Amino acid sequence: MPRQLHLSAALDSPESPDSPGRFDAGHYAALARLAERATLDFVTLDDSFAAEPSRPDALAALARTAPLTGRVGLVPTVTTTHTEPFHTSISVNTLDWVSEGRAGWLVGVSTTEAEARAFGRRPVAPEDELWAEAADAVEVAARLWDSWEDDAEIRDTATGRFIDRDKLHYVDFEGPHFSVRGPSITPRPPQGRPVVVVPVTAADLAPDASPGGRARVATAIRHADVVLLDAPDRATRLSAATDLRLRAGESLRILARLDATLSALPDRAADERLLAELTATGTGVDGFHLATADPLRDLAALADRIAPALRAAGLLRDEYTGRTLRDHLGLARPTSRYAAAPLSSPAAPTAPALAEVTR
Amino acid sequence: MTDRPLKQIHLAAHFPGVNNTTVWSDPASGSHIEFASFRHLAQTAERGKFDFFFLAEGLRLRESKGRIHDLDVVGRPESITVLNALAAVTERLGLAATVNATFNEPYELARRFASLDHLSGGRAAWNVVTSSDAFTGENFRRGGYLDRADRYTRAAEFVQLAREFWDAGEDGVRHRGPQFDVEGRLSLPRPPQGHPVVIQAGDSDEGREFAAATADVVFSRHSTLADGQAFHADVKRRLAAYGRKPDELKIMPGVTFVLADTDAEAAERATAIRRAQVGPQTTIAFLEQVWGVDLSDHDPDGPLPAVDPDPDSALVQGRVRHGDPLAVARRWRAVAAEKNLTSHELVIELTGRQSFIGSPATVAAQIDHFVQNDAADGFILVPHLTPGGLDEFVDGVVPLLQERGVFRTDYTGRTLRDHLGLPLPGRR
Repeated sequence: MPRQLHLSAALDSPESPDSPGRFDAGHYAALARLAERATLDFVTLDDSFAAEPSRPDALAALARTAPLTGRVGLVPTVTTTHTEPFHTSISVNTLDWVSEGRAGWLVGVSTTEAEARAFGRRPVAPEDELWAEAADAVEVAARLWDSWEDDAEIRDTATGRFIDRDKLHYVDFEGPHFSVRGPSITPRPPQGRPVVVVPVTAADLAPDASPGGRARVATAIRHADVVLLDAPDRATRLSAATDLRLRAGESLRILARLDATLSALPDRAADERLLAELTATGTGVDGFHLATADPLRDLAALADRIAPALRAAGLLRDEYTGRTLRDHLGLARPTSRYAAAPLSSPAAPTAPALAEVTR
Repeated sequence: MTDRPLKQIHLAAHFPGVNNTTVWSDPASGSHIEFASFRHLAQTAERGKFDFFFLAEGLRLRESKGRIHDLDVVGRPESITVLNALAAVTERLGLAATVNATFNEPYELARRFASLDHLSGGRAAWNVVTSSDAFTGENFRRGGYLDRADRYTRAAEFVQLAREFWDAGEDGVRHRGPQFDVEGRLSLPRPPQGHPVVIQAGDSDEGREFAAATADVVFSRHSTLADGQAFHADVKRRLAAYGRKPDELKIMPGVTFVLADTDAEAAERATAIRRAQVGPQTTIAFLEQVWGVDLSDHDPDGPLPAVDPDPDSALVQGRVRHGDPLAVARRWRAVAAEKNLTSHELVIELTGRQSFIGSPATVAAQIDHFVQNDAADGFILVPHLTPGGLDEFVDGVVPLLQERGVFRTDYTGRTLRDHLGLPLPGRR
């Protein structure tokens, strides 16, 4: 049986002044439910601090969607430029709590003068500096997610202690743009660490890549669980994916971005083109991210026509087998970097008792 | 007041906090972090036709003696994200988040509240707080940098700028002030409420003035009738200077409550809850908070410490110290001597007392009495249990308030401004 595809889609509406529903919460829930019918791993929702396009905060819109969906992963863009890494960490953490383990974070940076002026804190910086800062922000966020060990809450009535403070940790990050002491105010999220997604283009991996592109690749290699890879053709995609995998290791999931020329699904002919792309062998990637042209139409087509065809070919799950986004992606739940190594002796008498108390 | 029509009461529910009011040792105490607990409390508040649901904030875990305070509930989710999720499982309930004006930037926060207001159909509220201590600042880019007076200056300009962003049309905002020099436009239309409801909680003179100038709701701490009336009169009197009418600012003290079938049973239950809220370790922690010195060897079942407090101590971090520690210690010693109390008994007596104790009929009458006599416009209820702590109030007290004709039997409006009787703000 061939290896199953990891599929995801963007919920973003195309540019159009009369585009309905951007501020209607039901719109996002309807789209995410279609994605869930197509058993996609996750959906993304883009964001920035630009005035256009008109849209709400992406993490807010997906938090609003979380209780109305049950399985699909929810991955908003959250910008690391101008924002506080501490707030970003607890917001993504909280998205994981309200979705019961389905949160991801599409890391973004803010490159425009207009966005810098909206904050008025500092001028726009070169892209390599922004991605180096993004890497630091992800590092801080991940340390904060880990800063509570999983069994830190003990509720020990005998000693009056709610937590075992030896299982909470300062993160003590210091970098050129910020320093963060920690620990987090939010306990460790259900997935341990929500899924970190970084966009990379094949040009970023080329020998003549820009400093910004190289910094973006460095961020992806150091921190990403998933890379969304843009490449102009299959050959470039294969070499870029091979290069990424060599540098980042086998646990990285690489999803090729398909633009609207392939992921728009107005008719059967379009279905055939997309299916040919999705089922091609030797692509070097683990799956695809579809930038739909008309999300309502195209996600319905994915659920009703594309997903059944892929299932018939043994390339897509019939139904979700796991609960969390990490489950869908086949990624293990990481242990906290601060957790003491488990005792070599199997007799760890307190462990089951603590687990019982914390439920 | 015979000719005056009955005042309508406003009610809000506070998610149980990370302090000793919240009892975690009770077998009925559930998770403080899982979404199901937030959903239960919010849906209970909505079943009770409450005005809004309220989340507090803390941006650094409390410490004492250089270590994280471990005796109370610790940890909470990020408020605005929880409220966006709650908007999906409630329809009318207002959704209030406490967010610090010091460790955020106006553009981003105005955008987040505008998003919550849109995604909830006009139910967002922002409780503006201004702490700016260096201890909390260690988690943020800005660090701790404002002195006490500047905190309100910054908060006032911050709120004003947020309102400019909410109001701005195609031309956007160009703002140049002492604290902020920014230019931009949100990616959202004006929020359904015009401006999300603004709540303010400070009790100092600057805080009261800020409330009179800026806030729609004051979250106050005066829970006796006389204190409440004095505060109510003082803050409402300040409104005229800003061209505002008394009705345009609602005063809602935070209160606790204990219910049982009879007043006697409720009193018994209140004592048991106080003992659960203030154990021997918590007694020592409270003494250390006032005294500012290590008292780990102090016997909680003996008298108060003989030494005087250290007023400049940094022993306890991440908690507001109320008042002059030397004066507090003098007052505590006087009460302990008068009533012959041990340290433990004294702390229970002074810190744990619930605001309303009794049968549903008694508590409904007390609440109504406070509101009709202008000690408050309503209350923010702080249950001591997660997630079931509001159930008895909604099932027992709310119907009696409705019978009295002082609380809505159903929502008549869609937005939080509708519930609070606040006008849609004009575009400036």
